[in-house]
Amino acid sequence: MSPVLELDAITKRFGDTLANDAVTLDLGRGDILALLGENGAGKTTLMNILFGHYAPDAGEVRVMGRALPPGRPMAAIRAGIGMVHQHFALAPNLTVLENVMTGTERLWRPVSDTSAGRRKLAALSDRFGLGADPDARLGDLSVGEQQRVEILKALYNDARILVLDEPTAVLTTPEAKRLFATLKDMAAQGLSLIFISHKLDEVMAAADRIAVLRGGRKVAERLRGQTTKAELAELMVGRAVARPVRQMSPAGSPVLTARGLGLRQGGVDRLKGVDFTLNAGEVLGIVGVAGNGQAPLARLLSGTERPTAGTLEAFGQSLGSLSVPDIVALGMGRIPEDRNHEGVIGEMPVWENAVLERLPLFSRRGLVDRRRAMAFARQVIEGFDVRGATPRTRTGLLSGGNVQKLILGRNLIRHPRILLAAQPARGLDEGAVAAVHRRLLEARAQGTAILLISEDLDEVMDLSDRIHAIVGGRLSPAVARDRVDRQRLGLMMAGEWENAGAV
Amino acid sequence: MRFERRVHRPAALVLAAPVIAVAAALALSGVLIALAGAPVLEAYGRILTGAFGSRLAATETLTRAVPLILTGLAAATAFRARLWNIGAEGQLYLGAMAAAAASSLLFGSLPPALQIPLLLVTGALAGMVLLLVPLWLRLRFAVAEVVTTLLLNFVAILFVSMLIDTALKDPMAFGWPQSLPVTESGTLPKLIPRSRLHVGLAIALALAVVLAFVQARTVFGTRARAAGLSPAGAVFAGVPLGRTLMQVALISGGLAGLAGAIEVMGVTGYVTTSLSPGYGYFGIVVAMLANLNPLGVVAAALFSATMFVGADAMGRTLGVPSYIADVTVALSLLAMLVALFFTQYRVRR
Repeated sequence: MSPVLELDAITKRFGDTLANDAVTLDLGRGDILALLGENGAGKTTLMNILFGHYAPDAGEVRVMGRALPPGRPMAAIRAGIGMVHQHFALAPNLTVLENVMTGTERLWRPVSDTSAGRRKLAALSDRFGLGADPDARLGDLSVGEQQRVEILKALYNDARILVLDEPTAVLTTPEAKRLFATLKDMAAQGLSLIFISHKLDEVMAAADRIAVLRGGRKVAERLRGQTTKAELAELMVGRAVARPVRQMSPAGSPVLTARGLGLRQGGVDRLKGVDFTLNAGEVLGIVGVAGNGQAPLARLLSGTERPTAGTLEAFGQSLGSLSVPDIVALGMGRIPEDRNHEGVIGEMPVWENAVLERLPLFSRRGLVDRRRAMAFARQVIEGFDVRGATPRTRTGLLSGGNVQKLILGRNLIRHPRILLAAQPARGLDEGAVAAVHRRLLEARAQGTAILLISEDLDEVMDLSDRIHAIVGGRLSPAVARDRVDRQRLGLMMAGEWENAGAV
Repeated sequence: MRFERRVHRPAALVLAAPVIAVAAALALSGVLIALAGAPVLEAYGRILTGAFGSRLAATETLTRAVPLILTGLAAATAFRARLWNIGAEGQLYLGAMAAAAASSLLFGSLPPALQIPLLLVTGALAGMVLLLVPLWLRLRFAVAEVVTTLLLNFVAILFVSMLIDTALKDPMAFGWPQSLPVTESGTLPKLIPRSRLHVGLAIALALAVVLAFVQARTVFGTRARAAGLSPAGAVFAGVPLGRTLMQVALISGGLAGLAGAIEVMGVTGYVTTSLSPGYGYFGIVVAMLANLNPLGVVAAALFSATMFVGADAMGRTLGVPSYIADVTVALSLLAMLVALFFTQYRVRR
């Protein structure tokens, strides 16, 4: 059977960097191909060439044996290629139906044929089990539902080849499971799919074939049954990476306690009756599906929001009314959930980002002490291996992993007594994840009390001594890491924590 | 053809951007001058001699630059913190009115050494008050200050217009709508005798230097920059957003009010509704042309003043309408925006 889609020796150069180096791929009818690679391996560039956003420097794309004109998105759409972007290309103020129909009708038509559109959309929803209310305003939908709309939009354009760019990056675990079930169903009905990912688990779960990209080259292609996660990880990174292992060690005395902590905003309880105790030298994991109160909890602990009920005490001192500089001065390190929007200011140089949250320490009589601030930044860069950075580098130029090392460094270099780590490894590639985890465990060994908030079950299981689940703004009782398994934690994350064996 | 974001912003290019922009604007205006039937090079020569050709011309140009520097600094300071103060024109009028009224009703008998600082402060305070209203609306109700500051210009100017026709009208002005005058001892000393150039220039230059230092070196300047670049990032780093914006608003409104006070104390001596030919609005252009850099504001203000004063002279001798100055300054702003884009992006095939 001849392939539906062929990419033949695609090469693309940006300045001095070779983003794609003679990459060849093919895709058959009903195939699910995973494109696996670290950030910057050239996956997205390759897909943008396929979709006509970029013109390749060499090589060509063929659909059903016919070459596509380079750099022409409309030609790609007409040939039946649909793209589901990581950051959806949808208008939040339009309805689902309007979004799906946008761009499908000629501009000069006097009226839009919505009833035909509605029928076609309903038929597609039915056929692929992608339920969506055509009259709902897109902005009111959850992220998972918006993604379904983006897929429906591609199908509405009669796509036979669907490309999904990191489709699970924004989804919760159950939503991701559902997405993969849908994808398999679509493949069974004759569609061909490519999805881009850097997560080994989902690649092994959903793909028939896996192409590994590294440094712009295709380094391997494997059938799912003939490879292992370990082999794929090594192919992707180019060397064997091992995540660090937690050593048992006794916890110290309590440093941070929350009693009946609550946050009520706009008549909604974001957090309710939250109790926990964090001890020196331990990692306390808080695991849960996104949107269950992790972000408000992190804001309370970071000092950017005040609790409306209960107490939060560190070293016997109430944190409830302290400002951010006070909390930082008290010896609390903070790793925010959104490193690029909260953790650093991309337009500022590295040295300013290194000291911004502790400016009072690096200033005298209102003047910033540049020399000391620069020295501090240099220390962080060297001590924490922030690659490609000097104190004067614009921070926005650093990769996600290096930004995270900068944030970790500016906190850990001063040996904080408490460290709040919210989603510390989210979106990082394998090598960077291992580095971040190693740093956290080192800090723990030196007596830092770490509160780890994460959606990643494996991360929480790897690092934590005790674990709470967070559901609907409430915390489960803590359970010892050694007395739970994934099933039990999964149940707790669904809100079932009676008889969970609390300690 | 497509645009790719530059990894590094070359310093030379950033410095060259305004020069290239002005050159492009002059070239484009040259086409218009040629269309008007005048020799282009001679026209530009006349503009230069008109602006700097004599002692009188040069002092006149510098006098024009003073309010432009101050309103330019007002806009640059606010815009750096993403506080969109479009209300410098109204703040300028209110500052001028406050200074004139304070001089003739309150401090008129005080000696210059006391009275001049008091009047400057009064003018600045009036500008601050006018900007605090929109700031409060933004912080409390999230009302966009672009709209409120812009509309308050008309409120402020009409209010001043009412005052100079009623309560603060000068009874000695033969019925002309002009305000009570600034007293002799409240008038700014001349910088150069037998010219209109007054010490306001020195004040404006000193403030530009001070603001450049504050912006780059102080805790406040760093925090204000952070608040402008990324509110979420600033809040996480513990920058008190409301308080920082409040301080920025006080500086910005104060500078615009000061511009009005200095204009009335140094040049006109009393307030009329034609006190400012749009200094408040041109301040925005000057600030953008300077890429919000306080020292750049001085250069941009000098360029604008040169065009305005020089084009008047050129218009008289060559018959080209002096509106060409507005066109050139506006074109240079557009060219600057394009030039700034190219400092961030490069062109690819």
